[in-house]
Amino acid sequence: MAAKLILSMDGVVINEYPINKERMTIGRKSHNDIVIDNLAVSGVHAAIVTILNDSFLEDLDSTNGLEVNGVVLKKHVMQPNDVIGIGKYHLKYITDQASQTDPADFEKTMVLRTPGKPAATAAEKHAEPDRAMNTQVGTSKAADDEMIEKTGRFGALPAVETPPVESAQTAAPATSAAAATPAQTTAPAPQAAAIQILTGPNAGKELDLVKNLTTLGKPGVQVAVLTRRPHGFFITHVEGENFPSVNGQILSDKPHQMNDHDVIELAGIKMEFYFK
Amino acid sequence: MKIEDALEIVSQTNPGMVRAHNEDSVACEAACGLVVLADGMGGYNAGEVASGIAVSVTAMEIAHRLQTADPIERDEKTGEDLGVLLLRENIQKANASIFQASQSQPQYAGMGTTIVAGLFYDNRVAVGHVGDSRMYRLRGETLETITRDHSLLQEQIDSGLISIEDARQSKNKNLVTRAVGIDAEITAEIHVHDVQVGDIYLLCSDGLNDMVEDEDIRATLYAMQGNLPLAAEQLIQMANDNGGRDNVSVILVKVKNGFAAPRGWFAKAVVWFNQ
Repeated sequence: MAAKLILSMDGVVINEYPINKERMTIGRKSHNDIVIDNLAVSGVHAAIVTILNDSFLEDLDSTNGLEVNGVVLKKHVMQPNDVIGIGKYHLKYITDQASQTDPADFEKTMVLRTPGKPAATAAEKHAEPDRAMNTQVGTSKAADDEMIEKTGRFGALPAVETPPVESAQTAAPATSAAAATPAQTTAPAPQAAAIQILTGPNAGKELDLVKNLTTLGKPGVQVAVLTRRPHGFFITHVEGENFPSVNGQILSDKPHQMNDHDVIELAGIKMEFYFK
Repeated sequence: MKIEDALEIVSQTNPGMVRAHNEDSVACEAACGLVVLADGMGGYNAGEVASGIAVSVTAMEIAHRLQTADPIERDEKTGEDLGVLLLRENIQKANASIFQASQSQPQYAGMGTTIVAGLFYDNRVAVGHVGDSRMYRLRGETLETITRDHSLLQEQIDSGLISIEDARQSKNKNLVTRAVGIDAEITAEIHVHDVQVGDIYLLCSDGLNDMVEDEDIRATLYAMQGNLPLAAEQLIQMANDNGGRDNVSVILVKVKNGFAAPRGWFAKAVVWFNQ
């Protein structure tokens, strides 16, 4: 079964409409696919455009507008169980395609033929100006280094000489968003962890490992990354002549899994890894 | 500076956690600064066949032509660089080969492939692509997609039907609007971009960008730019950690030095003497 809309007023179901056309209109006049004979409804009030499993709702400049789940809007990508409100009427969107993002439904890539072609060329034209602006001044190496130091997460410090490890610069502010997407919820997030600096001018500072990737060290000197994976945290040597050590053991070039209270030594600075 | 000394190229491909076959193909021709990646589709092993043909035809033909020609030569008729022309012609050639094979052998009927290819020359890169395999560029701290997918989803985004946030939830991620080998004729989209020293280019199949957020890709490339093989490994590992539902392939190209084509009689003479 494909998707359908259930029309109701004051909780009483009036009719049911299967979504069986690419474009369905909702309105007061009798030529609409879904007719709501009420003066609060415009002649042609709204349209639902369906492309494969995605349905899009659009307000066609109606006099009294429409709302979805209580929010007034002009355009909306329909989600299962959305309720469209038009005047006193409600249209509930029901689809059994809801769980399409399950692994099993992650279909192989397929080609959608000819109808897409004109749109594709339009998209290209649209893209052209961006590409023209391709030449831009890159940041110099020095500026880069400065940037890295600025993004260090060890809070405000008195202006002392920068020790190599100070620039622990983390990335990926989008991780929370990442966790929200269905494609990525399969893996359970590992336990929260942090590192604390034990020696050097920043001794005592603490860094929560909230990102998937945390860089330790200074580019060009010695760099290691702490990666967060579904089954734990791993440290990997990235660059530099000297390899970091964990509990006095020099690392190989393979990732090393971290245990609670492991002590990392990197460029002369010791820091402790622990779970929270 | 010879092109193979100016670039560091690393490639890796992996079947992922779910699929039994790897339908992706990659090729790197370091001597002429060419990288090609294709993601095949079609029943049984037809996807592998399609992507294999696409990559080998494109890579070998271009490498062969560039043994005797220079990509900066201008084509008389079109006024284009030879590099651009070679990409266009050979993607067409690959298309014809795949189309013919699928017409003549029933087990290959309907096979096709995406392709993304980059040819580096004279401080530029010519990028040709068909379908939803991508090229990204990390410049400084910024990661940009420099190809635009030929996919239904991208068209929906362009026409304003769907926002980028909603696109993540879409069920139509897997539909491409252009592919190599499906029709008798194909138009590859080709653009030329300026290259800067320090840039990192990432070519990938959708097995990477469907499973890993752009921000995580950026963070990985940025943190591991000093160690490209590790970066490639890390990217594939992230895709597999997130489920690895599709084959994952990556090619990384780092620009270590400038590679401007020699200009003027003196520069040319130096090259000539060094040969």
